[in-house]
Amino acid sequence: MVAKKSQIEMPRQDPSSRIKNFDEVATGYSTEMALEEASRCLNCPKPQCVKGCPVEVPIPEFIKLVKEGNYLEAAKKIKEKNALPAICGRVCPQEDQCQKNCILGIRGDPIAIGRLERFASDYERKYSTIQNQEIPHTGGKAAVVGTGPAGLTVAADLAKLGHKVTIFESLHIAGGVLMYGIPEFRLPKAIVQNEVEYIKSLGVEIRLDSTVGMLATIQEIFNEGYDSIFIGSGAGLPNFLLIPGENLKGVYSANEFLIRTNLMKAYKFPEYDTPIRVGKKVGVIGAGNVAMDSARCALRLGAERSYIIYRRSRDEMPARIEEVENAEEEGIHFEFLTNPIRFIGNSRGYLEKVECIHMKLSEPDSSGRRHPEPISRSEFMIELDTAIIAIGQSPNPIIQQTTEGLEATRHGTIVVNENTMETKIPGVFAGGDVVSGAATVISAMGAGRIAAKSMHQYILSKIGSSQ
Amino acid sequence: MYEIVHKETLSHNVKLIEVSAPAVVKKTKPGQFVIIRIHEKGERFPITIADSNPVKGTLTLIYAEVGKSSSLLGKMKVGESILNLAGPLGNPTKIKNYGKILCVGGGVMVGALLLQLRALKNAGNEIITIVGARNKDHLILVDEIKKVSNKTYLATDDGSEGYLGIDFLSDILKENKFDHVFTIGPTSMQKIVSEMTNNYHIPTTVNLFPIMVDGTGMCGACRVTIGNTTRFACVHGPDFDGHQVDFDELISRMRFYNPNEKIAMVLYDGR
Repeated sequence: MVAKKSQIEMPRQDPSSRIKNFDEVATGYSTEMALEEASRCLNCPKPQCVKGCPVEVPIPEFIKLVKEGNYLEAAKKIKEKNALPAICGRVCPQEDQCQKNCILGIRGDPIAIGRLERFASDYERKYSTIQNQEIPHTGGKAAVVGTGPAGLTVAADLAKLGHKVTIFESLHIAGGVLMYGIPEFRLPKAIVQNEVEYIKSLGVEIRLDSTVGMLATIQEIFNEGYDSIFIGSGAGLPNFLLIPGENLKGVYSANEFLIRTNLMKAYKFPEYDTPIRVGKKVGVIGAGNVAMDSARCALRLGAERSYIIYRRSRDEMPARIEEVENAEEEGIHFEFLTNPIRFIGNSRGYLEKVECIHMKLSEPDSSGRRHPEPISRSEFMIELDTAIIAIGQSPNPIIQQTTEGLEATRHGTIVVNENTMETKIPGVFAGGDVVSGAATVISAMGAGRIAAKSMHQYILSKIGSSQ
Repeated sequence: MYEIVHKETLSHNVKLIEVSAPAVVKKTKPGQFVIIRIHEKGERFPITIADSNPVKGTLTLIYAEVGKSSSLLGKMKVGESILNLAGPLGNPTKIKNYGKILCVGGGVMVGALLLQLRALKNAGNEIITIVGARNKDHLILVDEIKKVSNKTYLATDDGSEGYLGIDFLSDILKENKFDHVFTIGPTSMQKIVSEMTNNYHIPTTVNLFPIMVDGTGMCGACRVTIGNTTRFACVHGPDFDGHQVDFDELISRMRFYNPNEKIAMVLYDGR
């Protein structure tokens, strides 16, 4: 059979209606669509797709199960390697990972692996219930700091291997960036909570309201009897531009804007108590996924005009292609090669406009990178009531400051052995954004996978030597 | 869940509650705060810790019912529980023997001041304290403050008790030689105190209380300008050098959500 060249499109809400709600934009494959898309898979004898996956999902095997109509088995197959498939199916940059390696991509579209992963896990959520699993205990105890993608992956892996795992979460709900960062319309919060429930079903305990470093230090957690600790505290501290006027009323960090909107559900104010103020003209500085999320949230919160202001050009935008396309469809305006130089407010301290300067890209340097440079005397104004700074985050400093012997870089990221993810403190491992700086959900999960393997060995040798 | 085990009214809209949170109590030091969330649709908001009781495992929180969330908290009864309470957060106040110190506290933060005073007293400081409030009825914990202070002055905005306003502070600064000043309370009061002590070049520690959401460094809502740099009150403070703080910017930023808070309040109780 000759494979069809094009992917089966996934249905999406119409842009004109979806910018008025926070419901999920992409509505997912039907069974027929999933079967048709799965039937395109060649089941290569030497699959390249798996090599592109940081957590090594058995892609051909699960797609084969979808093809055969064994959707629940397909979901189970994915979960052997990935504890958060409904999330990864939605937010992974598949085009740069598994799908990039798909052999069909050479002469047509690669298999829509992410959409099929999403289909299988959504099917499982709909048609089966989570049941607590009995796993024989090793006697080992592990602590995990943070319930983001890295922490949840470590917890799931170690729990499946029979260790008792406790996760410490600073916020009032588990999920980390999956809850506070990624908007409902891209990743429904009920789905995140369902994945969290699955991880709890493996016997993992989650302690909320527990800011490690403040409520208990790393040393105090060891004193409680844990054999090994994983730090996945994420990229906490929002970066600012450090230009005049940045503390005017109406200037937000993307973190604050998204935390209010997603975690605290300010889009439902006053039903929910947390407020948010969004003007008619909103400018988002930056062009990563966080910037796209912010600009699209702003539209849904009532902005009439929502800009992405980016100092490089379209080709350099770090956001996922799909999210850029969604943003464009929704009418987001892009100001490329534009850099803000100061925010200007009125006499009452409210933002009114931003002064920007046009940029050009330099000739490639020795590393091939083209740097943005200002074009002199090209300053101009953009009127804004709300500005959102989405230029990245630095690691949260609390644990580094309260943990003796934990080595950090000058950027504040924790130093680890990349092969094991072990820090300078024996038995303490780290991974995700707190090590790499702000990156993707799946790369954090990949780091968690490596750390869990090392922690398993560490715990076994520790238990073995004490017996 | 964090149970309210004791509750009293200190003045008509100022409440004191003791909340069971043994793990938090173990780590609590003066100057720190907790972030609480009362119900499933509630907001996260900070309250400075007024005291902790290691025997009972309780935290003491003092607050005024001014918005929807604090009013909801005010309605809660002994035996009911707060849904979420995270802390202690923020850096503790630096406690040491400074020598002769002046402590100026106002409003509901007099509770947090008392916690600082006890530690400063134990460190061997000679303490002169000023306790301020809107009027006589709003002065709280005066007897307790007097017990740990070498001398205590009272002041009210309307002169109904003690001195009228804070102008008399300049006389106190003139007549004494202080090694350090601490101030905690309404931002406008901390601003005036800092301006006055700056004239006498007395190092002054303020305890700032900007808008916060997560309270752990993530949101940046609490950013304040200290000298020429932006700092986050939650992870870099809440104590700062009062002479470096851009108070006007802070006061302006603290008003950003006033319109929304009014809407919430009108819908809540028609006010």
